[in-house]
Amino acid sequence: MDWIIPAVNLKLILPEIVVCLFAILILVTDPFLSKERKIWSAHLSWIAVVIAFIANIRLWNLQEATFTNMFLVDNYATFFKFIFLAGSFLIILISMSYLKREEILHGEYFSLILFSTLGMMLLASGFDLVVIFLGLEIMSVSLYVLAGFKRSDLASNEASLKYFLMGAFATGFLLYGIVMIYGSVGSTNLGQIINHITSNDAGSNLLIWAGAGLLLVGFGFKIASVPFHMWVPDVYQGAPTPITAFISAGPKAAGFAALLRVFLFSFTTIKMDWTMIVWIMAALTMSVGNIVALAQSDIKRMLAYSSIAHAGYVLVALVAGGETGVSSALFYLLAYTFMNIGAFTVVIALGRKGQDNTKLEDYSGLGSRSPILAILMTIFLFSLAGFPPTAGFMAKFYVFGSAVKSGFTGLVIIGVLNSLISVYYYLRIVVLMFMQAPVTRTDNERIKVAFCAILVLIISTWAVLQMGIFPQSLLSLAQASVSSIF
Amino acid sequence: MIGLNHFLTLSTILFCIGIFGVLTRRNAIGILMSIELMFNAVNINFVAFSRFVTPTALVGQIFAIFIITIAAAEATVGLAIVLLIYRNFKGINVDNINIMKW
Amino acid sequence: MNYVYLIPLFPLLGFLINGLLALSFKTRSDEKIPGMSLVSWIGCGSVGLSFLTSITIFFKLLALPAGERVVQKIAFPWILSGTFHVDIGFLLDPLSSVMILVVTGVGFFIHVYSTGYMAEDKGYARYFSYLNLFTFFMLMLVLSNNFLLLYLGWEGVGLCSYLLIGFWYEKKTASDAGKKAFIVNRVGDFGFALAVMLIFWTFGNLNFTSVFENAPQVLAFGGGLVTAITLLLFMGATGKSAQIPLYVWLPDAMEGPTPVSALIHAATMVTAGVYMVARCHALFLLAPISMGVVAVIGAVTAIYAASIGLVQNDIKRVLAYSTISQLGYMFLACGVGAFTAGIFHLMTHAFFKALLFLSAGSVMHALAGELNMQKMGGLKKHTPVTFWCFLAGTLAISGIPLFSGFFSKDEILWKAFSSSSGHFLLWLVGVITAGMTAFYMFRLFFMVFLGKSRMNPHVEAHVHESPKPMTIPLIVLAVLSVIGGYVGIPKSLGGSNRFEGFLSSVFEGGHEVSAEATAHAPSAEYLLMIISIAVVLTSIFLSYRFYIKNPDIPKRLAAKYKTAYNILSNKYYVDEFYNKVIVNPLLNLAWFLWKKFDVLVIDGTANGIASLVKWGGGVIRKTETGYLRNYTLSLIFGAMLILAYFILR
Repeated sequence: MDWIIPAVNLKLILPEIVVCLFAILILVTDPFLSKERKIWSAHLSWIAVVIAFIANIRLWNLQEATFTNMFLVDNYATFFKFIFLAGSFLIILISMSYLKREEILHGEYFSLILFSTLGMMLLASGFDLVVIFLGLEIMSVSLYVLAGFKRSDLASNEASLKYFLMGAFATGFLLYGIVMIYGSVGSTNLGQIINHITSNDAGSNLLIWAGAGLLLVGFGFKIASVPFHMWVPDVYQGAPTPITAFISAGPKAAGFAALLRVFLFSFTTIKMDWTMIVWIMAALTMSVGNIVALAQSDIKRMLAYSSIAHAGYVLVALVAGGETGVSSALFYLLAYTFMNIGAFTVVIALGRKGQDNTKLEDYSGLGSRSPILAILMTIFLFSLAGFPPTAGFMAKFYVFGSAVKSGFTGLVIIGVLNSLISVYYYLRIVVLMFMQAPVTRTDNERIKVAFCAILVLIISTWAVLQMGIFPQSLLSLAQASVSSIF
Repeated sequence: MIGLNHFLTLSTILFCIGIFGVLTRRNAIGILMSIELMFNAVNINFVAFSRFVTPTALVGQIFAIFIITIAAAEATVGLAIVLLIYRNFKGINVDNINIMKW
Repeated sequence: MNYVYLIPLFPLLGFLINGLLALSFKTRSDEKIPGMSLVSWIGCGSVGLSFLTSITIFFKLLALPAGERVVQKIAFPWILSGTFHVDIGFLLDPLSSVMILVVTGVGFFIHVYSTGYMAEDKGYARYFSYLNLFTFFMLMLVLSNNFLLLYLGWEGVGLCSYLLIGFWYEKKTASDAGKKAFIVNRVGDFGFALAVMLIFWTFGNLNFTSVFENAPQVLAFGGGLVTAITLLLFMGATGKSAQIPLYVWLPDAMEGPTPVSALIHAATMVTAGVYMVARCHALFLLAPISMGVVAVIGAVTAIYAASIGLVQNDIKRVLAYSTISQLGYMFLACGVGAFTAGIFHLMTHAFFKALLFLSAGSVMHALAGELNMQKMGGLKKHTPVTFWCFLAGTLAISGIPLFSGFFSKDEILWKAFSSSSGHFLLWLVGVITAGMTAFYMFRLFFMVFLGKSRMNPHVEAHVHESPKPMTIPLIVLAVLSVIGGYVGIPKSLGGSNRFEGFLSSVFEGGHEVSAEATAHAPSAEYLLMIISIAVVLTSIFLSYRFYIKNPDIPKRLAAKYKTAYNILSNKYYVDEFYNKVIVNPLLNLAWFLWKKFDVLVIDGTANGIASLVKWGGGVIRKTETGYLRNYTLSLIFGAMLILAYFILR
C-alpha cells in the first residue's frame, strides 16, 4: 500500500497551533515560576487567545480543507472559533482574581483552559468524525479536571467525578454511534457520509439511523439537552464559578457546532427526517429547564437550569434548519456567551474566600450596596429573559422567527410560553436586588471588583447592548457563516 | 468461519455489559472499568468493520488506536479524580457522593 | 455635513455624563449640591456644541444650490427583518435645518438660563440630564429620515416631558400633571402609531423620501386611505401640539420648572406636531378633507384658547393658553397649504414665547415663586431688564409691525384669506384671535409691570432683578424676537421673503398654492394688513383702559356678564366634562375590572397556572436525586427512546 504524506496547509490551523503551543509553554514554564509570579501564566494564556483570535480573523472568508479533508476551515468554523476564543478570553480574565481569592492560582488551570479551547476549535473545524471525537475528548478531559480544581472543596470534587463518569459514559454512546456509521458508510468523513446517503438512498439503512441516534445522544449530552441534562445542575453548582461560566459558554457552543454540522450537513433532512425527535427534545429541554429553575434557591444552580433552557431555544433553531435557522443559532450562541459570562462575573464578584454567596437571598439589597453591579446584573438577566433592547431579545426573535418561517409554529408557542416562565425567576433576582433590604450580615464590607472583572463586565455589557440595539453587523456575520454547511 | 456478525454480536454483548456495570456498580473504579468495557466494544466493532467493510483502508483500525489512547488519558484523569474523592470523602462509593441534589 | 450625527450625539453624551453624576450625587446627602459647575458646563456645553455644529451645517447647506439642499446621511442600519428595513439615518434639508437651529439655539439659551433658575435645586444634575436627554430626542425627531425614528423621538420627548413636568415629584399636583400629560399624549400617539403602521402597510417602507415620492402614484388623490393616514397623523399632532380636543394637558404642564415650560411646552416639543404635519405635507396635500380638518381645528383652537386666556390670573397659565392658541395658528397655516408660513411662525413663536416664559420665570424668581397676577404690579422699577424684555416679547406676539410676530402672523392671515384652500371665515377667526391675543398679553403686561403694586409687602421688600445667567438669555431672545421676522418680510412690503425662498424646495406642492395666491392684487394684502393692525391696536387700547386707567372696569364687566365670565375662567368646563364623561366612567370600569374581573377571574387563573408551574418545578426537581446511577439511567432511557423512534420510524 502506498502511503502519501498529505499536503498540509499549516496556515489553516494556525489558531489551533498557537493555542496548543502556548498551553504547552505554560505547562513547562509554570513550575519555574515563584508563587508571586504564577499570574504570568494567566497573562500568557490570554495573550495566546488574543493571538489566536487575530490569526483566526485572517481565516475569515476562506474555505479550504486540509489533512486529507479531515479539517475544514470555513466561515462556519471561523465564526464558532470567534465565539470560543471570546468566551475563553473573558473567562481567563475573570479567573485571575477568583483564583487568587481562593488561593488556587496554579498555571495548569490556564493551560487546561487553552487545551479545552483547542478541543472546541477542533470540534468546529472537524470534517471527519475522528477529528470531532478527538476535539470532543480534548475539550472534555480538560473540563473534568477544571471542574474539580478546588481540590479541598467537596462539592467541587463531586462535580468533577459526576461530570467525568457521565461524560465518559456518554462518549461511549457517541463512539458506538460513530462505529455504526463507519460500518455502513465505510468512512468517517462527513463528505463521504453525505455522498453515501444521497447516492445509495441509505436513508432507510438501519445502521445509519442507529448511528445518528447515538450521535444525538453524545452531542445531546454536551449541549445539556433533556433527557441528557442530569449532570448539568450538579456540575454547575459544584465547579469553581469561572469554570461554570466556561462550561456554559464554550463547550455548549462547541457541542452545537458539531451537532449542527453533522446533522444538517451529513444527515440531511431531505433523506433522513429526524426533526420530530429534535422537536420533542427542544420542547422538553426548554420546559424542564425553565420549570425546574423556578424552584431553585441557589443562583448557580438556577443558572444551570437556565442554561439547559437556553440549549432548548437553540435546538428550536436546529429544528427550523435552513440558512436562517443556523444563522439564528450562531447569533444566539454568541449572545448567550456574553450575557451568561456577564451574569456569572457578577456572581463571582459577590463571593468571598471560601464563601461563594450564591444563595438567592445574598442578592437582596444589592441595589443599595452596589448599584452599578446590580444594574449590570439586571441588564444580563433581562437579556437572559429576552427583554428588548438586549441581545437576548434579538437572539430569541431571530430563532423563533426562523422556526415560524419553517412552519414550526407549535414549537414557537411552547418557546414563547417558556420565555414567560423564565421571566419569573430572572426578575425575582432583580426584585430581590432593588426592592428588598439587605440581609443582615457580618461582612457588610464594600464589594471590590478586580480590574479584569470590570473589563469583562464592560465588554459583556457592551456586547449585550450592541447586539440588542444594533444587531445587524453581527447578524450579517452569522448569516455569512452558514452557507458552507449546506 | 467467523464472520462480521460474530464480532458485532460480541461487541454488542460487551457494550451491554458495560452499561449494566455503570448502572449497578457502586464503586467509582468499577464504573470506570465498565466504561472501559464500552470503549473496547467500540474498538472491536471498528476493527471488525475495518476488516470486513473497508479491507484496503485502515481508517477503522486507526480510529481504534485513537480510542485506546484517549481511553488511557481518560483513565488517568479518572483515577486522579477518584483518588481525590477517596481522600476527601474517605471512600469511593458513589452513593455517598451526593451533597448536591435537587 | 458628514458630521450631522454629532448634533444629537453631544446632548446624548451630556445626558449620560450628567445622568451618572446625578446618580452618584444621590448617595451623598451634602447640604451643598456638589459638582454644580461641572454639571452646568456639561449641560450647556453639549447643547452649545451641537448649536455650533448646527450653524456650520446650516451654512454648508445654504452654500449648496437651491435644488440640491436635501442630504441624507445613514449612520447605520437599525432594524433589518425580512422586508422591513429601517436605518438610523438623518435627513438634512431646509426644513430640518431650521428646526435644529431653533431647537439647539433656543435650547442652548434656556440651558444657560436654567443654571441661574435652578441653582438652588437639589436635583440640579438630574434636571440637566433630563434636559439634555430631551434635546437629544427632539433632535432625533427633527433629523430623522424615516417614520420609525421620528416615532422614537416623538415618544422620547413625551417621556422627557413627563419626567420634567413631574420634576418636583414630591408635589402631588406636579406628578398628577405629569401623568395627565403622558396619558393624554398616549391617546394621540396611538393614532400616530396606527398611521405609521398604515404607511408601512401601504408603502412597505418607512423612509420619508421614498414614501413621499411614491405617494402620488400609490395613493389616490382624496382617497380614503390617504385621508385615514393623514387624519391619524394629525391625531398624533393634536396630542403633542395640544390642539382640540387633546389640549388639556398643556395648561397643567406648567407645574414643571419654568425653563422647562419655555423649552418643551412653548418653543420646541409642542411644535413637533406642526413639524410633523409640514414634513408629511406630501401626504396632506393629497387629502383635501384632512387639510380642511387641520385648518378648522387650528382656527378653532386658536380662538378658543385665546378666549380662555382673557380671564386667567395665573401668569404661566395665560402663557400656556397663548401657546395653544399660537399653535392653532400654525396648524391653520398648514391647513391652508401655507406650510412655509406655519414653520415661519413656529420659529418666531419659539423666540418670543421662550422669551415670555423665561421672563415670567424671572418675575417668579423675583417674587419668590408668586404666580398670581393679582398680587403683582409695578414691577418695572424693580426688574428693569425683565420689563424691557417682556415688552419686546409682548409686542412681538401681539403682531405690532416691525416685530417678528407681525410678519409671521400676517403671512398666515394673508394665506388663510387668499390661498385656494383658505376661506374668509378662517381669516376672520384669525384676526379676532389676534385681537384677543393682543388684549390678554397686554393685560398680563400691565398687571405685572405697570400700575400700582398689589404685592404682599413682605415679598415686595425682597424683589430683585435676576442674576446674569438669567438676564443674558433674556436679552438675546428679546433681540431675536424683535429682528427674527426680518428673514421673511413679504414681497408686498418690499422684502424678498428669503425664508420662503429657502424652504420652497421642501414645500414645492404647497408653494404652488400660495404662488397662485400672490397673483392677487397687493392692495388686498395691504388692506387685510391694515385691518389686523387696527384690531390689534384697538385691543391694546382697550386693555390699557381696563387695566391701567380704570382698573374696576373688568370687575364690573365680570359682574355684568357673570355666566360668560364663569365659563371662560373655568375654561369652558372642559376638564370637568372630560372627567365626567371619559375619566370617571373609565375609572369605574377599571375599578370593576380590577376588583371583580381581574382579581377573581384573571388573577385566579394566572395564579393558579403559576402555582401549578411552580409545583411542577418542585416535583421535577426531585428527579435530580444526586445519585449518579439515576443520571445514567435517564441517559440510557433517552438513548433507548431515540433509538426506538429512529429504528421503528
